Amino acid sequence: MSELLKINNLKVYYFTLRGIVKAVDDVSLTLDKNEFISIVGESGSGKSTLAHAIPRLLRPPGKIVNGDIFLENENLTKMSDEDIRKVRGRKIGFVFQDPFTSLDPLVRIGDQIAEVFLEHELIDKKEAKEKSMKLLEEVGIPSDRYEYYPHQLSGGQRQRVAIAIAIALNPKLLIADEPTTALDVIVQDRIMDLMQSLISKGMSVMLITHDIALAAERSNKLAIMYAGEIVEFGAAEKIVEESLHPYTSGLLSSVPDLWSDKEVKSIPGNPPDLIVPPSGCRFHPRCPFAMPICREKKPPRINVNNRNIACWLYSEGVTK
Amino acid sequence: MDDDLKTIVVKHGLMSRLFSVIGRFTGWRTGFMISGMIIILMFVFIAITAPLLTPFDPTKGSSDVLQPPFTYIHIFGTDNLGRDIFARIVYGTRTILSILLLSTLISITIGMPLGLVSGFFSGVIDRILSIVMDSIYAFPSLLLAIVIALMLGPSPLNTAISIAFVYIPTYYRMIRGQTLSIKAQLYIEAAIASGTRTRKILIKHILPNLLPTLVVIFSLSAADAILTEAGLSYLGYSVTPPTPDWGYDLYVGREYVLSGYWWLSFFPGLMVVLLSVGFALVGEALSDIYNPRR
Repeated sequence: MSELLKINNLKVYYFTLRGIVKAVDDVSLTLDKNEFISIVGESGSGKSTLAHAIPRLLRPPGKIVNGDIFLENENLTKMSDEDIRKVRGRKIGFVFQDPFTSLDPLVRIGDQIAEVFLEHELIDKKEAKEKSMKLLEEVGIPSDRYEYYPHQLSGGQRQRVAIAIAIALNPKLLIADEPTTALDVIVQDRIMDLMQSLISKGMSVMLITHDIALAAERSNKLAIMYAGEIVEFGAAEKIVEESLHPYTSGLLSSVPDLWSDKEVKSIPGNPPDLIVPPSGCRFHPRCPFAMPICREKKPPRINVNNRNIACWLYSEGVTK
Repeated sequence: MDDDLKTIVVKHGLMSRLFSVIGRFTGWRTGFMISGMIIILMFVFIAITAPLLTPFDPTKGSSDVLQPPFTYIHIFGTDNLGRDIFARIVYGTRTILSILLLSTLISITIGMPLGLVSGFFSGVIDRILSIVMDSIYAFPSLLLAIVIALMLGPSPLNTAISIAFVYIPTYYRMIRGQTLSIKAQLYIEAAIASGTRTRKILIKHILPNLLPTLVVIFSLSAADAILTEAGLSYLGYSVTPPTPDWGYDLYVGREYVLSGYWWLSFFPGLMVVLLSVGFALVGEALSDIYNPRR
């Protein structure tokens, strides 16, 4: 399969008064066409920052300090502001976490979709309206709701409108930052169905979530993030089958299961302070298998069983 | 047990009745809004239908000098030159409302775009504009208006300009603050994420969301602007006589108060107070509706 997105050694720091928050620290990632990747991690693991960094939506004091982001061989980090504006919407669609505030309360939903067409294509208002109505139907909202204002729709419907805006121009990549967190489980399932159906239309989806069960169910690939770093990256089913990194195992065993008596375990401790992250492997203070070397040296990224992992447990020649 | 339940029910009934009474009192904004609107609309009506309301010419004197008020012919009496005070008030409404409208238009067309740009783009432009606006704001408003009116010379347009100048910082500051808070909303970020041009974000997403704020600032600053205009013309820096103007009539009538001819300045003064109270009532009600946490 061909490569769509390639992130090399990306570092995104927040320059706050307390110090430099290393929210994304040396992250590399590749995403192929027609793939569904999920970035999974706790709050504060940097997954959302990573998502916002791709179409350069970071706000000050956040800044990309190092690394490149290639979308179809175009380097997004080196583009001019006007060029990146053209990429947003056209090549990268973005869906936000909270559908209750991501739509302008004073603009009709149909017009909010039509706006994307009018901004990026040379078409008249009538054509934009027709296209928007078709798109509304596509995301499962009757087109006669075109004239509705956001407050007249439910949360799930609003998120559908937000998705319609994001996919209006058939972008190559759809980034969804916890799109279902604010919605109930049934609606969540339908929204995920809608997103998954986009893959067959030639899009790739990047889902940011803290719900590893949801991610495993829907995606081809999983990237597990911890404290600004990707600790395990590989095919979703393989990771669920046999997780290698202790953090991934911890995440998986914290998922409650209604049908078995499996005990739900939480990972002890709290996510680290990213201003002064732990030395060596950032997970070592909470890791049940921590060794002396974990405290001293950062684990190298190695490939084990078609998987990219950063953990000393799988490095050869390390005295356990 | 039953008795306890009874007491609870009775108490609860009493409490809820008490709360509903208090609830009616908290509806004060509705009262403010309605009474303010009635006052403003009444003056607007007077300004529009002025020639129908009085047969007298407000600028033409007569031999009926200093006639007392509440007579069949002269409701508010006549002034030292024998002009009908009611006619002067009726036509004076036109003067003050047109100056108010003009000055507000000028303040908004200058203050709003500056506040919008300053709030949205931040950075150096914002710093410079803020410093300039704050230094204008630091001046006592009437004093500043007098200085500008003095430089420009007396005419309705110049009065409007000098009042407008004083209120530009008010519009600027409020619009800037509101723009800052709207800019932080997720729907602005979402518009950026879908590749919307900055110009369109400003016009389509920020401007409409600013309108409620604009209405509030308008009605609050209009009350002040009326007093400023009256103050300017009282001091002789506004319109030239014999143009009917409340502030100027107040000034002229002042000399006659001690001789017992109180109506010369009483009625114009009353109108100034009434109109500015009208705007203040509407402004208070609106600002309370839009920021309930204030």
